[in-house]
Amino acid sequence: MAQDGTIRLVRMIYLAAMAVMVLTGFGNLPIYKRYYLNEVPGFGWTADFYANIQLHYLAGAAVLAVTAFLALNHLLTRGRKPRLTKTGLVRLVALAAVLLSGLMMLLKNLPSVRLDPGLAQAMTLSHLGTVMVFLFFSLGCLIARARWLRPAGK
Amino acid sequence: MAVISRRSFLKAGLATAGAAAAAAVPAGRAKAAPGEELATLIDLRKCIGCEACVEECRMVNEDKFPEPKKPFPVMHPTSRVKTADWSEKREVMDRLTPYNWLFIQRAEGTYEGKEYSLTIPRRCMHCQNPPCVNLCPFGAATQTHNGIVKIDDDLCLGGAKCKSVCPWHIPERQTGVGLYQSLMPNFAGNGVMYKCDRCYQRVAQGEVPACIEICPENVQKIGPRREIVREAHEIAKEIGGFIYGEKENGGTNTIYVSPVPFEELNRVAEKGPGKPHLKRVDDAMADPNRWAAAVALAPVAGVLGAVGRFFKLAKGDQDRPGPAGEEE
Repeated sequence: MAQDGTIRLVRMIYLAAMAVMVLTGFGNLPIYKRYYLNEVPGFGWTADFYANIQLHYLAGAAVLAVTAFLALNHLLTRGRKPRLTKTGLVRLVALAAVLLSGLMMLLKNLPSVRLDPGLAQAMTLSHLGTVMVFLFFSLGCLIARARWLRPAGK
Repeated sequence: MAVISRRSFLKAGLATAGAAAAAAVPAGRAKAAPGEELATLIDLRKCIGCEACVEECRMVNEDKFPEPKKPFPVMHPTSRVKTADWSEKREVMDRLTPYNWLFIQRAEGTYEGKEYSLTIPRRCMHCQNPPCVNLCPFGAATQTHNGIVKIDDDLCLGGAKCKSVCPWHIPERQTGVGLYQSLMPNFAGNGVMYKCDRCYQRVAQGEVPACIEICPENVQKIGPRREIVREAHEIAKEIGGFIYGEKENGGTNTIYVSPVPFEELNRVAEKGPGKPHLKRVDDAMADPNRWAAAVALAPVAGVLGAVGRFFKLAKGDQDRPGPAGEEE
C-alpha cells in the first residue's frame, strides 16, 4: 500500500488521536495534579477528570474510525497486499483488546447499562493492563524501528 | 432565636396528618427483584438527631475500618501530597471520616415565617449511575445489582479520584493502609477511600442496613426504588414538602423528604470538608455520555471513508490507460 494522501492523513489522525489517548488515559489516573502537570500553562484542564474522559472518548472515536477504515481498506485493496509483521500482529491484538475493554467501560458508564460488578471491574483492570502492554511493546518497536507492515511481496 | 424543635415544628402546621401515618411505616424490605434497585427513604420530619444511627453504623462496620501502619511512607512530592490520618480521631462524629460513614447534619432557620430545626442523616447517596464507579481507574468502586455503591478496600489506592468526581465529595481517605503500600508508596497512591456501603452484607441476606434497623423514630426505610419514590411523592404531596435525591446526579438511591425546601436547608446547614451540601445536582456523567454517540458512529465513518476511497481509486483506474487493478 503506497503512502498516498489519504493514507498519510489517516496515519496523522491515528498518531494525533493516540497522543491524546495516552495523555488523557494517564490523566484518568489521579497523577497530573500530584505532579503539577496541571500547573503547566495550557494544561490546567488535565486535573479535571471530566475533561479528561471526554477527550479520551473523542480520541477513542478517532482511533475506532481509523481502525475501521484501515481494516476495510485492506480488505478492498486489490492485488498483492502488505502483510502484518509479527510485532505488528502483537500490537494489533493488544490494540484490539484495549479498544474492546474501553468500549465495555464506555457502555458501563451509560445510565441505561448495568454490567455485572465483577465484569465491570475486570474490564477496567484489563483496559489498564492491555494499555500498558500495548504502550510498552509499541515503545520497544519504536526503539527497534520495527514496522507494523511488511510491504507487499517481501 | 428561640429554635422550635422538630415536634413543635410539626405542631406548627407545616406537617400535619401525614406524620402520624408515616410514623407507622416499617423499615421496609431489603429484597429486590432481579434487576431492581433498592433505595432508602429518609423522612426528615421524623429525625430527632439522636445519633443512634451514627453509633450503630460505627459499631456494625467497625471491622471494616482502617488500621493503618505507621510511620506512613514519605509521599512525593511532599509539597503536594498530604497524609490523611483519622486513626487518632476516630471519635469524630460530626462529619464524614474513614471511621464515620454517617453523620447528622443540622439545619435551623425560618421558613414561611416559622422557625424550624431539622436534623439530616448524611452519607453516600448511592447514585444510580455513580461517577465514582464509572471513573475509578482501578475498578475499586463497584455497584452491586441492587444499587449499592461500595469501595473495595483491597483494590483502592487512595488516589481520591472518587472524591473529586463525586458531586457531594463523600469518600474519605485514610493514609497508611491498603494496596499502595505494596506498589510504589512513595510515588503513587495514598491509602484507601472509605464511605457508606449501605451494609451490603446485611442487605445481601435480606436484612436492612444497621442505621435503619436501630432508628427509634423509623426515619428511614428501604425498598424497591419505584416504591420508595412513590411513597416519597405521597408524603411530599400530603405535607406540601420537598424531595431530594430522586433526580440529583441523574437519580440516586437515597430519597429525602422534607417539609422545608432543600435550597433553604442547604443555605443554613453547616457545609465543608466531610459535610456535604444539599444543592441541586446535574447528571455528572451527562457530558461524557454525549460522546458515546460519537464513538458509536466512528466505525461507520471509517467504513464510509474506506468505501469512498475504493470507488475513487476504481474510477481512477478506469480513467487511467493501462491494466486496471494494479496495486496502488
